[in-house]
Amino acid sequence: MATEIIPPNQITMANFKGRVEPDWCPGCGDYGVLAAVQKALVELQIPQHEVATISGIGCSSNFPGFIETYGMHTLHGRSLPVATGVKMANHALTVLVTGGDGDGFGIGCGHFVHAMRRNVDLTYMVMDNQIYGLTTGQTSPTSRLAMKTKTTPFGNVERPVNPIALALAAGATYVARGFSAEQKHLTELIKNAIQHKGFSFLDIFSPCVTYNHDNTVQWFKPRVKKLEDNPAYDSTNFEAAMEKSQLWGDEIPIGKFYERTDVPTLTELEPVLNPGPLVHQNNRIPAPVAKSFIDELM
Amino acid sequence: MRQSFSIGIGGAAGQGVATPGDIFAKIFSRRGLHLNAYNAYQSIIRGGHTFLTIRTGPDNIPTTNGHLDLLIPLNQDTADRHLRLLTTGGACLFNADLIKPGQSADGVQLCPLPVSKLADISRNKVAQNTLAIGAALSMMGIGFNSLESVLEEQFRKKERAVIDENIALARAGYDYATQNLKPFDHALSLTDARYAVLSGNEAMAMGAAAAGLKFYCAYPMSPATGVLHWMASHARKADIMVRQVEDEIGVINMAIGAAHAGVRAMCATSGGGFALMSEGLGLSAQAEIPVVVIDCQRAGPSTGVPTKTEQGDLWQMLGAAFGDYPRVIAAPLDIADCFTLMPEIFNITDRFQCPGIVLCDLLLAEGRLSVDPAVLDFNPAIDRGEIITSNGEPHDKYLRYKITDSGVSPRVIPGIPGYTHVVSSDEHDEDGILISDAYTNHAKRRAMMEKRMRKMDGIAASIPPPQLRGPATADVTLIGWGSTFGVIDEACELLREQGISVNHLPIRWLVPLHADAILDILNNALHTIIIENNFSGQFARYLRSETSFVATGHIRKYDGEPFFPQHIVDAVKEQLAGTTTLSIPEHEVMV
Ligand SMILES: Cc1ncc(C[n+]2csc(CCOP(=O)(O)OP(=O)(O)O)c2C)c(N)n1
Ligand code: SF4
Ligand SMILES: [Mg+2]
Repeated sequence: MATEIIPPNQITMANFKGRVEPDWCPGCGDYGVLAAVQKALVELQIPQHEVATISGIGCSSNFPGFIETYGMHTLHGRSLPVATGVKMANHALTVLVTGGDGDGFGIGCGHFVHAMRRNVDLTYMVMDNQIYGLTTGQTSPTSRLAMKTKTTPFGNVERPVNPIALALAAGATYVARGFSAEQKHLTELIKNAIQHKGFSFLDIFSPCVTYNHDNTVQWFKPRVKKLEDNPAYDSTNFEAAMEKSQLWGDEIPIGKFYERTDVPTLTELEPVLNPGPLVHQNNRIPAPVAKSFIDELM
Repeated sequence: MRQSFSIGIGGAAGQGVATPGDIFAKIFSRRGLHLNAYNAYQSIIRGGHTFLTIRTGPDNIPTTNGHLDLLIPLNQDTADRHLRLLTTGGACLFNADLIKPGQSADGVQLCPLPVSKLADISRNKVAQNTLAIGAALSMMGIGFNSLESVLEEQFRKKERAVIDENIALARAGYDYATQNLKPFDHALSLTDARYAVLSGNEAMAMGAAAAGLKFYCAYPMSPATGVLHWMASHARKADIMVRQVEDEIGVINMAIGAAHAGVRAMCATSGGGFALMSEGLGLSAQAEIPVVVIDCQRAGPSTGVPTKTEQGDLWQMLGAAFGDYPRVIAAPLDIADCFTLMPEIFNITDRFQCPGIVLCDLLLAEGRLSVDPAVLDFNPAIDRGEIITSNGEPHDKYLRYKITDSGVSPRVIPGIPGYTHVVSSDEHDEDGILISDAYTNHAKRRAMMEKRMRKMDGIAASIPPPQLRGPATADVTLIGWGSTFGVIDEACELLREQGISVNHLPIRWLVPLHADAILDILNNALHTIIIENNFSGQFARYLRSETSFVATGHIRKYDGEPFFPQHIVDAVKEQLAGTTTLSIPEHEVMV
């Protein structure tokens, strides 16, 4: 593993600058998410080689190419199983998972639910623009009712999924919502989510300036209300979180809805990982064990 | 003719067919006898008809053969279906209170067991099974001691009283047979050898463990579930992380994730699950992350016949996922080979950073074979290929997809300082930077495609060409792939006894195919017949597409059951007589 000793505060934004400039449209919300993730990693002083950033496919899923870590573009909708495999093979890595609403709540929704109930220690950030960006503007699982898109020219008739309520119901141990235009708030949430032991889910409003003219930064700005601004809000209270998750309209809560820390992570529950990350373990079966396997058959 | 003795035990699912099968297998393998067992069953938990055949003998037993020396019907249905498989010298041991066996062939001994007189059947519902085992061993001339010790073991988790009761029952059956029934004419010649008895699924699981597997995941699907069961029950001893995942799409992607992080990873499924995995296979190839996938074929298409065998997935494997990419496909030849193939295919996929497919089928996956324990080598050569595991010396700028002559670019285990990079399912340049969207560059795309495909040359050079079995020239050359190996070998023996000169070309490595070596052999052959367990001659079509070679004739079967040697013998004879060029043998065992 990391043989270099990195002195404190030596990790700067430069460490995480990607090899290529992002090719998102000017004004795309995803820039804000990228900056917040880089800031969070700097503030947590996590060296870039100890981070794996795994994405699906979509505009938002191009994320790993724009940040200097061990990155991987997987298939559309498959970031979570790949990231789960990475984490189980090397749980010393900080594993970030990035993607879009179509990637996570459409084609990848089955994996989303199961990753949460497994409580595998991943930080899953969905850049939710309520549209399919990369494929040029079709309806998404979070597109609002009546929204006109290329595939719903007469208005969307399917009700949108509620990612926060879904995550709560699926047993996620950390559920939050951010807004890419609220940089400081988002950076704090991401830091908090990375530090959470277990699956952390962050639904991040990341407006698409090109294909979603309904849910713009201007539309969100007056509506978003930070849960943290209400000192009475208790993010350990599941019922309160469920109730808040139902709010949509003039008031849309952002911030940490829910966190519980009493559920062991998948890697903690796996005795095979007790000696350390799987990737550093011996790959030979000891002779007495091999003999016992054969003896069973004799 | 090789000396062998076959037992058939049949009943409804839930009547306890498996236990007598396990007991016979243990007794034979511990007395130095080889065995081959095949269970014909249906996809139900209670009822239906389950028919287990165990064939044993002093030499290796490559297949079961549809012929019986001893039938133990546990219900009337089994007697009705299978009594006709017994020929002169054979015997049927049945519960006289329950079963009326009907008319048997001449020279078959019908052996009624007065079960209600010998046992308290109100207490023990499977008393007839244990009595019959005892009686059978007496008739075979095998001493009671070996049965007693196996029963002790079989019921070791039960209370003492249960064990004693079963031993007493077996003894009663044994003594009854000694006094009242005629022993078999030929006692089996026992040897000093001791064999392990295992299924192909267990063999593949253990072979992978021996190869250094650290991560296994799957979604249950017959007939591949046995691999998952072995893995789950041995994970902690073998230090393998084992997960049951939500679906096969998740399975392949999770295995790829683990492989990317640096461990050997594998999954197994059948045709339907494999179909869901195919996009992931392309990811493995494009991102250059080695992963091993086992496909245990069952009769398709769609849900098909979940408990029946077929070799119908070859073209799915050849065409899995879109685009051209390097892949390795190998079909194990028998259950022992299910073990030995695993370290070989792991080494190839690691060295060439591409997906490797083990194309098995239900016949091997769920069949059982006696194997010399020395074959189960837990210390095979492990070659992880070009892989950077520490940050060591200062180095040039690291390029994950560096263009090389071999097409292989050294990979790095994530976590090492100084080597961060991006791997991608999108087309990329040497540095992993996407060229698919804004930066499309046809020259880079071409170079990257050629780099990946160059690996096929290295793979071909690393796998052995197929070998002809039998004389270099013969009247007829039989060609098979994968699991038909044993049955074709035995058919060759039978044909030679009948004065027909024959040889056998078994194909184990399907992709890449050693086309030139195969043509060298086949161009000298006088009459060639391709034998496969599918409707359309999938291998025949593949061989033709790779070599232009067209065989003289074909023997195919797609009724869900495996070939027996006699099917091949009869078909070869009819084809040599010029009656037909396509034989489709009728399966005579009604299961
Ligand atoms: C199996 C598969 N189906 C469809 C696509 C095409 N596709 C690529 S991205 C995408 C949707 C992207 O939407 P989202 O995940 O919301 O990401 P965004 O572009 O909005 O950030 C689709 C349908 C694909 N790459 N793979
Ligand atoms: S299309 Fe939308 S989501 Fe994609 S980069 Fe442009 S603004 Fe961002
Ligand atoms: Mg989107």
